Amino acid sequence: MSDNKVVFRTQGLTKTYQQGDVEVHALRGVDLELYDEEMVVLLGASGSGKSTLLNILGGLDVATSGVVEYCDMTLSQASDRELTRYRRDFVGFVFQFYNLIPSLTARENVAAVTEIAREPMSPEEALGLVGLSDRMDHFPAQLSGGEQQRVAIARAIAKRPQVLLCDEPTGALDSATGVLVLAALDKANRETGTTTVIITHNAAIAAMADRVITLSDGMISGEYRNAERQEPASLSW
Amino acid sequence: MTALNTKLFRELWQLRGQVLAIALVIAGGVAVCLMSIVNYSSLELTRAQYYAENQFADVFASLKRAPRHVTQRIAAIPGVLRVSDRVEGAAKLQMPGFTDPVSAQIVSLPGNEQPLLNRLYLRQGRLPDARHTDEVAIIGSFAKAHNLQPGDTIKAIINGRWQPLRVVGIVESPEFIFVLPPGGLLPDYQRYGVLWMARDALAAAMDMEGAFNSVLLQVDRGFAVADVIDHLDRLLARYGGTGGLERHDQISHRYLNDELAQLRTMATVFPLIFMSVAMFLLNVVIGRLIATQRDIIAVLKAYGYGNWAIARHYLQLTMVIAVLGLVLGCVIGLWLGRGLGEMYIEYYRFPRLLFIIHPGWFVLLTVITLLFAFLGSLRSIYRAASLPPAEAMQPEGPVRFRITLLERVLSGVRFSQPSRMIVRQLARRPGRTGLSVLGVALATAIIMVGNFQFDSVSLMVHAQFARVQQQDVAVTLTDPVNSAALFGLVRDPGIRYAEGRRSLAVELIHGHRRWRTALSGIPEPAYLQFVIDESMAPVAIPEAGVLLTDFLAAGLDIRAGETLTVQVLEGERRRLEVPVAGTTSEFLGVAAYMRLSSVNRLLGEGPVVNQVLLNTDPQQSTVVYERLRLMPGVLAVNIREAMLASFYDTLAKTFLTFTFFNSLLGGVIAFGVIYNTVRISLAEKGRELASMRVLGYSTPEVGHILLGELAIILLLGVPVGWLIGQGLAAALVWSLQTELYRVPLTLTVQTLAMSASVVLVSAIGSGLIAWRRLAGLDLVAVLKTRE
Repeated sequence: MSDNKVVFRTQGLTKTYQQGDVEVHALRGVDLELYDEEMVVLLGASGSGKSTLLNILGGLDVATSGVVEYCDMTLSQASDRELTRYRRDFVGFVFQFYNLIPSLTARENVAAVTEIAREPMSPEEALGLVGLSDRMDHFPAQLSGGEQQRVAIARAIAKRPQVLLCDEPTGALDSATGVLVLAALDKANRETGTTTVIITHNAAIAAMADRVITLSDGMISGEYRNAERQEPASLSW
Repeated sequence: MTALNTKLFRELWQLRGQVLAIALVIAGGVAVCLMSIVNYSSLELTRAQYYAENQFADVFASLKRAPRHVTQRIAAIPGVLRVSDRVEGAAKLQMPGFTDPVSAQIVSLPGNEQPLLNRLYLRQGRLPDARHTDEVAIIGSFAKAHNLQPGDTIKAIINGRWQPLRVVGIVESPEFIFVLPPGGLLPDYQRYGVLWMARDALAAAMDMEGAFNSVLLQVDRGFAVADVIDHLDRLLARYGGTGGLERHDQISHRYLNDELAQLRTMATVFPLIFMSVAMFLLNVVIGRLIATQRDIIAVLKAYGYGNWAIARHYLQLTMVIAVLGLVLGCVIGLWLGRGLGEMYIEYYRFPRLLFIIHPGWFVLLTVITLLFAFLGSLRSIYRAASLPPAEAMQPEGPVRFRITLLERVLSGVRFSQPSRMIVRQLARRPGRTGLSVLGVALATAIIMVGNFQFDSVSLMVHAQFARVQQQDVAVTLTDPVNSAALFGLVRDPGIRYAEGRRSLAVELIHGHRRWRTALSGIPEPAYLQFVIDESMAPVAIPEAGVLLTDFLAAGLDIRAGETLTVQVLEGERRRLEVPVAGTTSEFLGVAAYMRLSSVNRLLGEGPVVNQVLLNTDPQQSTVVYERLRLMPGVLAVNIREAMLASFYDTLAKTFLTFTFFNSLLGGVIAFGVIYNTVRISLAEKGRELASMRVLGYSTPEVGHILLGELAIILLLGVPVGWLIGQGLAAALVWSLQTELYRVPLTLTVQTLAMSASVVLVSAIGSGLIAWRRLAGLDLVAVLKTRE
């Protein structure tokens, strides 16, 4: 896997922000490389800085210091307009709370992304990948939490992104539903070859990754490679 | 301060933009209302007090000439408290450095003292001394127009004789609060004035020694004024009396009444619109605030706050906004009221304006404002108070959307997802969308109502001065002359064409309805001034019968074909029965028209005229004016140009002021509605929009969703506003009809465009604020929270 091309590279990444009168050091110097087509689980407790790292990789936030490179692009020096462009063309997001648009149906939520993407798959195909072909014309309010999260995954993969960034995708779901969502992510990664980063505090999920990186107190505290990726169906917590 | 109060003030501060927008709308309503009430009451009281202090007469009568002992018989009429007889005359004046003809009414003053009735208010200097025959007091408006001071002299022709006059005082009179020149339709302070002279001096000049030609009466309240007038008319008939007038028919008094009626309309209609809009805004904003604070309400209830405490908390929020608007409105209203009052003082000649403020109004305004605010927020507050804590703890249920009818109908059209979002958002809350549309519509309508008046007034002027009056000069003669004299006139240098008319004072009677006006005999064909209909086409005067202005016909409740009694108020005072041939639509003044030959025949007089219309050579107008000044028998000269100028000076200025204020007020409503709509929409959709930004939508693309909603509300609201505006304008035109003028209803493209533009500018302003907030959306924070 390490023969694969490096997609992301960070060097000396720090992030400090002001929370009231307190200065919070969310990241304290992170050096990291992520490779094409790999499935990475970023494991860490709440407050370890994993979401901050994901947000910086996704172009939602900018680092205080250090370098972030995506392929040939230096994200740490990109303008707001360039970051929008980057998110639009290369990144797929999946969030803990789905963030679907309530006034659009499942199909239309996906279409909201495919309409502005360069070489998208059709919304129907994307929803088929996550097993929701029969729920396409339902509004978010008519779908269960797991179904909503699968729509969010379909929405994220429909534009054929280079990277898929998932922030606690099963955080709001029960174990059985969570497994279904992870299976959808696993399938998407295998079939589209998209670099996938899942951040979670749930160690059980680590078994489905190629590589597991643990974060604590804003620094990388460990890294290991699974000999074999487990099927999400075999996971439980 | 309790914790809840601290919360209240913090939230008011957080919502300051919206709070201010609502408060401004409330303030607009309160201000217009207060301004109108203050002026209405101030003017009414000022007038009443002025009348009382200066012994304003109850009955006014003019006659040819009666010996002074007749006053004793007048005093003996039952009900007559006081009699004041006097001499009235006309003068032509020569003002230094002013070539236009200037005329004046001259009224006598007894000896060295104030008259018994219609006493003068001395603004400057003193009253004329009986021993000095050249001393005059002049009315303030004329003094101001010519910058005259006591000590200045003017040259006058009284009864055909040149006489130098020395100004000794500047005065005002309750009889001349509103001064209208004879034959003129609008005040003209430069070309028409009122002078007062000692009686002996004026009587000598007018050959009226030992006689009088004008009498004023004060009537005991216990007696019917109409009976006194009947008596008086019978008594004065043989002295050439033209019939007594009640105070109600006195010209200055009547025009002031019209003005007061207009203020009353303004005090009610406009504030009602403002308050309704404010009510809707409070409903939406408070409703939204409570929806976002469900969990807070739950926690408060869990800690033991009762329903009433919760309701009171949100009610206080509403009331603070209402009181803010109220206070702001009162301050602006008083300030505007003061300004308008000063405008009135300029226009009407009151010695001073009693600016009265009644504490009761503030109480009433406060009650009304708080009531509207209370009603506006009632529903939301009730819902907050009645929410069970456990349920409130849960987030509000998922918002249900559906595929809209529009999308089904337009199933062939490919909507982009953002467009779908706009349509569905609007369709999800049809009530609120409808009210937003209505709010924009009302703003548009208010601005339209302000602006259409100027178009209408312009049309009115165009009709009067370009279509009806094509003469350059209108000359009113003191006595009728044979129309053969016209042939002599056209031989004079500078006069190209002359046309004679016969105008006489009449009382028109139909059933129990009576109306005093002028009956004009018009030559057939007429070339210089004729009667026009609604479409401004000349109307031929029928061979037999009389044409009436439609406003007059309505006032007399008479229709074409019916017979009208015409009581002539001069000469032999004939009483004629004349069929009504039809009605005409004129905008200025009211009148009755007949053919000149018919009038001459009915009066049993020869081919006489007492009004001459002239077309003049503009190069030689000074020569013509000079000639008319010296010509005996000329009572007044009206110049078309001058009438036009004075018109724009007075009426148009007033209208433009109102137009400006209406646009401003409309803009405030538009801003209040649109700003709140955008802010609430942003608050409700912030999470969605941030999600879309994360997905790669740029700020302009996301802005499209937010502002697209606004655009649709504008697109629907503005045309609806035009419709409402047209209705309001029609109602206003109807309610503002007066004898002086009837503003025609004309709505030009400019008016429509202007109203839309003001609304649009408000919308753009609100949009820019929203845009700034949109650009500053915290993308990360939004993803961390569950809705």
